[in-house]
This record gives sequence, structure tokens and C-alpha cells, in this order.
Amino acid sequence: MNNSMNNSVNSGMTDGADKIAERKRGFSIDLKYIPAIAAILLFFVAYGIGGLLYGDRGFLRLRTFTSIFTDNAYLGVSAVGMTLVIVSGGIDLSVGSVAALSTMLIAYCTEELGMNSSLILCAALAVGSFLGFLMGVLIEKLSVPPFISTLIGMFLARGLCFIISIQSITINDTFLRALGKWKIKLPQNSYINLSVILFAVMLVVGVVVMRYTRFGRGVYAFGGNRQSAKLMGLPTARIQIGIYTFSGFCSALSGVLFAFYTFSGYGRHLYGMEMDVISSVVIGGTLLSGGVGYPLGSLFGIMIYSIILKFISFNGTLSSWWTKIAVGVLLLFFIVMQRFIVYVAGRKRGRT
Amino acid sequence: MVMEPGSQSPKEDILKEDILLEASGIEKRFPGVHALKKVNFTLRRGEVHSLMGENGAGKSTLIKCLTGVYGIDEGAIRFRGRDIRPESPQHAMRLGISSVYQEVNLCPNLSVAENIFVGRELTKGPFIDWKRTEERARNILARFDMRIDVRRSLDSYSIAVQQMIAIARALDVSAQVLILDEPTSSLDKVEVAKLFDVIRRLKNQGMGIVFITHFLDQVYEISDKITILRNGELVGEYRMEELPKIALVTKMVGKDYDELAQVSRVEAREDNKVVIALDRVSAHRSIENVSLELRKSEVVGFAGLLGSGRTETANVVFGLEQNSAGTIVLRGTAVKLASPVDAIRCRIAFCPEDRKRDGVIGDLSVRENIVLALQARQGIFKYVKRKQQYEMADRYIELLGIATPDADKKLGELSGGNQQKVILARWLATEPEVLLLDEPTRGIDVGAKAEIMKLTLDLCREGMAIAFISSELDEIVRVSNKVVIMRDRTKTGELDGKELDQDAILKAIAGGEAV
Repeated sequence: MNNSMNNSVNSGMTDGADKIAERKRGFSIDLKYIPAIAAILLFFVAYGIGGLLYGDRGFLRLRTFTSIFTDNAYLGVSAVGMTLVIVSGGIDLSVGSVAALSTMLIAYCTEELGMNSSLILCAALAVGSFLGFLMGVLIEKLSVPPFISTLIGMFLARGLCFIISIQSITINDTFLRALGKWKIKLPQNSYINLSVILFAVMLVVGVVVMRYTRFGRGVYAFGGNRQSAKLMGLPTARIQIGIYTFSGFCSALSGVLFAFYTFSGYGRHLYGMEMDVISSVVIGGTLLSGGVGYPLGSLFGIMIYSIILKFISFNGTLSSWWTKIAVGVLLLFFIVMQRFIVYVAGRKRGRT
Repeated sequence: MVMEPGSQSPKEDILKEDILLEASGIEKRFPGVHALKKVNFTLRRGEVHSLMGENGAGKSTLIKCLTGVYGIDEGAIRFRGRDIRPESPQHAMRLGISSVYQEVNLCPNLSVAENIFVGRELTKGPFIDWKRTEERARNILARFDMRIDVRRSLDSYSIAVQQMIAIARALDVSAQVLILDEPTSSLDKVEVAKLFDVIRRLKNQGMGIVFITHFLDQVYEISDKITILRNGELVGEYRMEELPKIALVTKMVGKDYDELAQVSRVEAREDNKVVIALDRVSAHRSIENVSLELRKSEVVGFAGLLGSGRTETANVVFGLEQNSAGTIVLRGTAVKLASPVDAIRCRIAFCPEDRKRDGVIGDLSVRENIVLALQARQGIFKYVKRKQQYEMADRYIELLGIATPDADKKLGELSGGNQQKVILARWLATEPEVLLLDEPTRGIDVGAKAEIMKLTLDLCREGMAIAFISSELDEIVRVSNKVVIMRDRTKTGELDGKELDQDAILKAIAGGEAV
């Protein structure tokens, strides 16, 4: 009796802050995770439906599953960089062009100039990073909005491809061919290749950087509230430039993987890839307004994108352009969901 | 000099080494504005020092000079006996001067722990050690009796909690001076009490605290000393007990205060024409059966509690909400006001209650803000010529006494009172016949309040019909010829002429019997 009275007195004296904290618990199980969770669920639902519809034609075979990664590793690598960019509240339109430039550099330098291929790989990565760095500097120092800066980068990189050559150049370099063809055999005639491994590595790098480094947390802070990030003493200039440099690196690596995939370099490669990457990242739960997003979510974004392709190829009668429509519908769905979450979060804050 | 917590000497005033922060002869000029004129400010250990003054008196500028947001033109800042020149807020913070602003400057998407530590998280090798970082955050918050989940994102907590977290962040950087700029403006009573507990605790630990607020009661509750600024000049430094409230206000507003007493309403004349009349107007879920008249050269006060229908009535008149029953008669003809554009065309103007949200476009210049409503009336295709815009802006800047270096200053950079005047100018530019003012004096200081009231009366004299909605009964009584009492979404009475005083209004609001 006495005890319970004591309790009630105590709880009556709990300060406002505590009470609010308690009240808020329970129904706000961090809203920001919901889009990413939805993406993961969506993938499994889609995979299940595919299994029901096309199970007899081998949809559920391991080979189909691994091909999700072998076919799209290059997109995934670029999506890791894009995740950082979008979390910071920016956008990078240059990824497709930078990747194409990468393929072109590799093909031209090894085939036409006969340069050392492993050196060229490094050079291609350096060129991509440097372009990203330049765009970051443009954004940070001259306050050119990311959309414009990376649009400039996009035209520049695309133009450079055609300056190098207007032809498609086939890669015959034995070392590059060996790298591209190298694979780890898995059961059921399936395999994973170097691209998948590099994608996995980049994904781990992305997760660790974003979760466990000051730079990564700075990216979130920057995307959450730029002004505050500055006032809290974060090196926002370094962060901003770092983000685009990293994205440039990812795009260049993406180009390297694409070169492994197609054994060619061509200025017309990867037109519009930036849109596929951006939509995958957004479907994977990254808020376009910045501040929220996870590389693992983007992984599922890529997987969803890829499973739509699978649906169409397994169906066999649909035009491949249905991919675009499906991606469009999904994007719409996820954007509306994000708006809704932002709205709900705003209302909740309004109440307290 | 070693700091011992709680070693506050009783003879604090005499000891020189008690001085933590000393600013002397601070001069700061902006283009067209002499913001600080030879201002001195002294903060001692274990002292809560309020900095008072009207908007535009130089409080914020002084704070910004002390924290390195602005550089100073002349003068010296000494911190613990050494000359310092803070170059940035970060630099000031490293020196030991931390500040927390009115708007919480944290990242809503990061966790509580991160907001306290971002940029200086505890690391293990190159990686963040989340366990230790969160543990530290919990310990720091426990010092303020806050036991909250530090892993949740900041935006899942109320503004009050966020404010505390901002203070926790500021303090963790071994601060000795804490500057709190309007920390209580978005807090409720319980939360303010809680904040004051924290402030007292910090004070007892020997920290020097600078406190800025508009709430006089809070100043008297928490402060030991007070420094008053006016128009960028130092009025003086006082001990709390030697300065009664009325003296404080007088010193803050200077001679303007007398003018407040001179504000007197315009005499109503019966033959004034009715400009707009509401006849048994109802609107879905906002007002029921409201009838009233606004006459030329008359100020009608709207009194009532929040949600009583005062603002809602104005919304209906301005076409923001549609009336579901009854008629609105404008100059003798019934009108349908379906949108604000209709209302603007009918020469009705509306200064909304929440000017930050509904009125001020901070990123546009004073000129652009003024021209806005006129442009809306003319339609977007009839461009108001640039020269004309400047003439108009300059005219209103002079007419209303808007303190701005020029018409191209961003509105967001002006003080609250001046922003309100610009909003007023925006509507005056449309040459309205009916002016609806919803809480025109909220959030601005005493002097500016008097000015706004005087302006209201001047406009009334010129023939405008004015609705003056306010929760400050004192103001309503000063300016109104007639007061409409609103309660529970309907009009419950009307007071005029001789019966007008605060008591009568209060009784009418509370009582409910039709007067």
C-alpha cells in the first residue's frame, strides 16, 4: 500500500521530458526505417510471386538468384555511392557518364595504346574519383546546386568518351578477359564472379563508413540539417567534397565492372544509368530529402529492380519497356510512402 | 586559475578574478546600421546575467560578437583574463563559450547520443565506439535528470527535450560560459521550470550564464543581474533587486514608453458607413451564427480565448474558409468570398496570426515582400514595374518607420517588429478598405507594440475599417471603439464606448450572458 503510494507520488513527479519520452515510445518505432523495411519485404514478396508463377521454368533456381547479382553488380556499386549522395541531400547525375568514361578509358588504353591493363584500371578509378572531386568542389566552393554541378560532370564525361573514340572498342586484353571471366562455381550450374565480390566489398565499405565513421555520421548530419551540421562544428566542406569524390570512385568502379561484363568500351554505354541507380536507391528507402538512407536498403532496391527484369524475361511476351513502367510505379509508391512518413512525423511533432 | 565547482564567494562582486567574460567598448557597424556603440558587458562566475532590450537593441549582435559569428570593429573581449578574438562559433566553443539558440540547431534525423557527440564520437581505432558514446550520452543527460533512450532519433522527442539536448551538447565541451538565446520561447511552464533547475545547477557549479528572453517574469525568476541595451547602446548594468519591473521596461523602451500611454482610440461616429457586414454567418466547424458590422474609421476589437472563433471569423471574411450559411455584405451588396484572391479584389486585407508561417517570406527582400499582395491582386501577368516597386517600398519604409538599411535587405534578417510592419505594408499597398489584424503585436517588443497600435489608429483615422484580434486585452481596450466577444465559436456579445475596460471584457468572455 505504502509502496504503491510512493510509486504514484514518484511518477507524478517525473519530469515532463521523461513523460514525453514514455508517451512517444511504442508508436514511433523509428519511422525512418519503414521504407527500407518495406523494400526488403517487397523483394521477398516479389520473389515469392515469381516462384509461384514461373517456378516450373526455374525462377527459384539458385542460378536465377545469383544472376540478380552477376547482372547488376555494376549498378549496385554505383548505388552505394549514390546512397551517400542522396543521404546528404544531394543528387549525382554523372554516374552513368563517368562509368561509360571508365569503360572507354580501359578499352582505348589497353587496345589502342597497349598500356598495362592493371595500371589502366587504377587510372580509370582515379579519373572517376577526380571528376567526383571536381563536382564536389564546384558544389561546395561555388555553391552550384548538385543537380547542376553533376549535370555538368555528366556532359563532360560523356563528351570525353567520344573525344577518345566514337567507336565501340572490344577489349581483348588477356588479363582483363581473365578477370572478367573468373568465377566461383556454385551448385546448380550457378556462379558468382569478381563483380559480385567487388560489389559485396563496396557494400561492406558503404555500411561501415556510414555507420561507424565520423565521416559517415557527418553525411547524415549534413543531410538532416545542413545549417546545424555547420554550427555543430562539423567539417561540412570536407564532407561534401568527400561524398562526391566517393560517388565518382563508385561510378568509375561501376564502369570497370561493366567493362568486365561486356568486354567493350563505348561512349554510348550506360545511357540513363543514373536514373536506374537513383530509382533503386530511392526504392531502397533513402529519402530524397536527405538525412535517411542505408546502403543495405539500396542493395534491396537493386534486387527489386533486377527482379522486375526477371519477371519480364521469364514472362517472355512482355516488352522490356515494361521494366520502366514497373519501376515508375514502384517509385511512385515509395515516394508517396516517404511523403506520408514525413507528414506523420511532422504531425506528431506538432502535437507535443 | 582553477575552477572549483560550487566555490562561489559571497563577495562575488568585488573579486576581480570572478570575472569570466568581459567585453569592453564593443563597436559593431553594418552597412547603414550602427549596431553596437561602445557596449560593455561583464559576466561573472556563478551568475545568471540577463541581457535585455527591445528587438534591434543589439542583444543578438552582442551575442554574435561574443561567440565569433561576427567580428568586432573595435573593443576587446577578455575571457578569464586573457584577450580573445573568437573567429567562429566553433572557436568560441573550444575556448569555453557555448551558445544555444532559440531554434534548436541539431539534426533531427540523428540519434540523441549522436546529436550530443557528432563530430567527436568516441572511437576505437578508426571506427566509432557506439557503446561508449551512448554510455557517455546517457551519463551526461542523467546530470539533467533526463532518462531517455539516447538511441532514438532526435525528432521523436519534444522541442523541450531537444532544447535540453542542445544544452547538454553545448556543455559537454567543457564550457564555462553558456549563452541561452530565447531558450524558453517554445517551452511550457513545466518545461521552463525544469530548464531553470538545470540553469541553477550549472550556476552553482560556477558557470556564467547569459540569458536572453522576452518574458519579464522569467528574468526576475532566474537572474542575478541584468544588462540593458537600447538602440545599440548600453543603458546600464543592474542587480535584479534594485530594478523593479516598471523601471526595467522604461529603461528598455526609453522615451517610447510614454508614447504607449498616448495611444488613444479614435472617436467613433454613428454616421460612419458600414463597410462590411456579416449576417448570421456560419462556417463548417469554425464559426456559428456570427453577425457583426465593420464601419469606416472604426476599430473593432475581437476578444475571446484561443479557438473561440476570433481568428476563424477573420478567415471567413478573408475567404480562407467558406461560409456555409448566412451572408457577407460588402458595401451594401452580398458577396461570395471563395478565396483570398476574391477578398483582396474586394479590398480586404489580412495580417495573419503566425507571421513566420503565413506571412514572412524571409528569403525575399523587403521590397518583394511588400509588393507581393499587390501583385496577387493584379494577377501574375501584370508586372509591377521595378521602379514603381522601389518607390512603393521606400514610401512604406518611411511611413511605417521600418528599420532597414534599404529595400533590398532580406526580410528574414529584420527584427520581429519590423517584419510585422513589412507585412502590414504589404497589405497597405493594396489600399484596402477593410484590414483584419490577427495578433499584430505578438512576439514583438513593447516599443514596437506601441508603434503598431499607433499605426492601426492612424489607418483608422484615414478611413479604414479595422478588425483588431488580440489576446492582449489591454491592447484591445486601447485601440477599439467596439469589442466583439467571441466564445465557443460564436459571438456572445458586443461592448462599446463607455463600458470598455479589461474587467468588462474578461467578464463577458467568462460570463457568457449576452451583454
